[in-house]
Amino acid sequence: MIEATLGSLGRPVLQAVAAVGRVALFALQVVGHILRPPFYLRELGSSLVQIGWHSLPVVGLTAIFTGGALALQIYAGGSRFNAESVVPSIVAIGMTRELGPVLGGLMVAARVASSIAAEIGTMKVTEQIDALVTLSTNPLKYLAVPRVVAATLAMPVLVAVGDAIGIMGGWLVGITRLDFNSAAYLKNTVDFLEVWDIGSGLVKGAVFGFIVALMGCYHGMNSARGAQGVGAATKAAVVSASVLILAANYILTEAFFSS
Amino acid sequence: MIELAQVQKRFGENRVLQGVTLTIASGTSMVIIGGSGTGKSVLLKCILGLVRPDSGMITLDGQDVTKTDRDAFLARFGMLFQGGALFDSLRVWENVAFRLLRGPKALPKAQAREIAIEKLRRVGLKPATADLFPAELSGGMQKRVGLARAIAAEPEIIFFDEPTTGLDPIMAGVINDLIREIVVEMGATAMTITHDMSSVRAIADNVAMLHGGVIRWTGPVGEMDATPDPYVQQFIHGRAEGPIEAVR
Repeated sequence: MIEATLGSLGRPVLQAVAAVGRVALFALQVVGHILRPPFYLRELGSSLVQIGWHSLPVVGLTAIFTGGALALQIYAGGSRFNAESVVPSIVAIGMTRELGPVLGGLMVAARVASSIAAEIGTMKVTEQIDALVTLSTNPLKYLAVPRVVAATLAMPVLVAVGDAIGIMGGWLVGITRLDFNSAAYLKNTVDFLEVWDIGSGLVKGAVFGFIVALMGCYHGMNSARGAQGVGAATKAAVVSASVLILAANYILTEAFFSS
Repeated sequence: MIELAQVQKRFGENRVLQGVTLTIASGTSMVIIGGSGTGKSVLLKCILGLVRPDSGMITLDGQDVTKTDRDAFLARFGMLFQGGALFDSLRVWENVAFRLLRGPKALPKAQAREIAIEKLRRVGLKPATADLFPAELSGGMQKRVGLARAIAAEPEIIFFDEPTTGLDPIMAGVINDLIREIVVEMGATAMTITHDMSSVRAIADNVAMLHGGVIRWTGPVGEMDATPDPYVQQFIHGRAEGPIEAVR
């Protein structure tokens, strides 16, 4: 009885530990291959376009609406303390430190982790990954490394663009709905924004990009057979990437800003 | 020469290969027959190193395949997969020339494309096919492209996994004839797994029947019909009654 209870409690713990171990080993393998030839530059280029360029609209739209809503919220909250003037600086700090990288990361996780997992999962079930091996090509190096490198490089750029668009969203709402003077709003934004506010967000972006592509590749390469297997891998990729982004965000925020 | 000695493989409780012993002489065409789920594909993947056997030994020209240089070993092989396994994101010619474009002996793009078009022509496809994507091709055309990719680097050994599955009888006949012609022309060692008896008769020099995780019978294709083995007789005549259970 006690043995069975302990067993039922211990089994999921052991499974979770084993899963973490498998992901960590996969991550180490990917990192280990980044600087070792052969280099698949064409695949890297196409991944940069797929992950970076094609994610711009979704990141931009997310940022502009978030920046606008943030301005409205801070104005409403700030007016309780006669502190409406903090809107530009808080919008800028909020976007660059937190909302730009986190919301951008989550949107990219939804778009990119799912598509990578579905693509690689389908390749696995249609034996394309076996075909790569028989053609003397390491699937991890050919499929995972270019995607992980591309996402790690592209995500900070997406975050930077998202930051700028988000701040612009706040500025638009500020001058059209909240009676801010345009020049004063922009001056306030620039005066209070520090380089590390932007830098920390870009570092977060790189980490989140790594997580997104890693989860997409890991779940795709471990996809079970059939349409259901690919569907499950896609779902697992998005869920795990999103949760890891939020967890990593907390850890990085602690590391960067806790005094 | 490919030699398998007492090769065993299990997946959980399912003992798929229970001691397979088989010899495939150089320059001959061996066809492995057997029902669905008897482990034919697993056997083929064990030789290629895609699946690691639990025990037993597989040698290629006397060398243990698990101890040879992997890239050099795989460079001697070509494989036609059951569903073609063409890379969706690459054009037909890039699929065919995949090996030629990569690795230490990579050819210039123009030369690799020329060879790819030549190989496509060899399998009966027009040069215009070269710039299409796999999704734009019919099943039979995809099989031919897969065949062109398998022979592109002129391998010494070619594996064919269910080469006629999913094709109409005429296209199956075309693929069988192509395989036979190419194997003879290249002097390659061929190993085909199939349960299509028309393929067996068109492609094989020798036949081996895999059943119950072991090689049940092996011999020249000409002796297949005369063998008294009840398992082989039931299989080649497609009888529901016999020692092989119809429901597995």
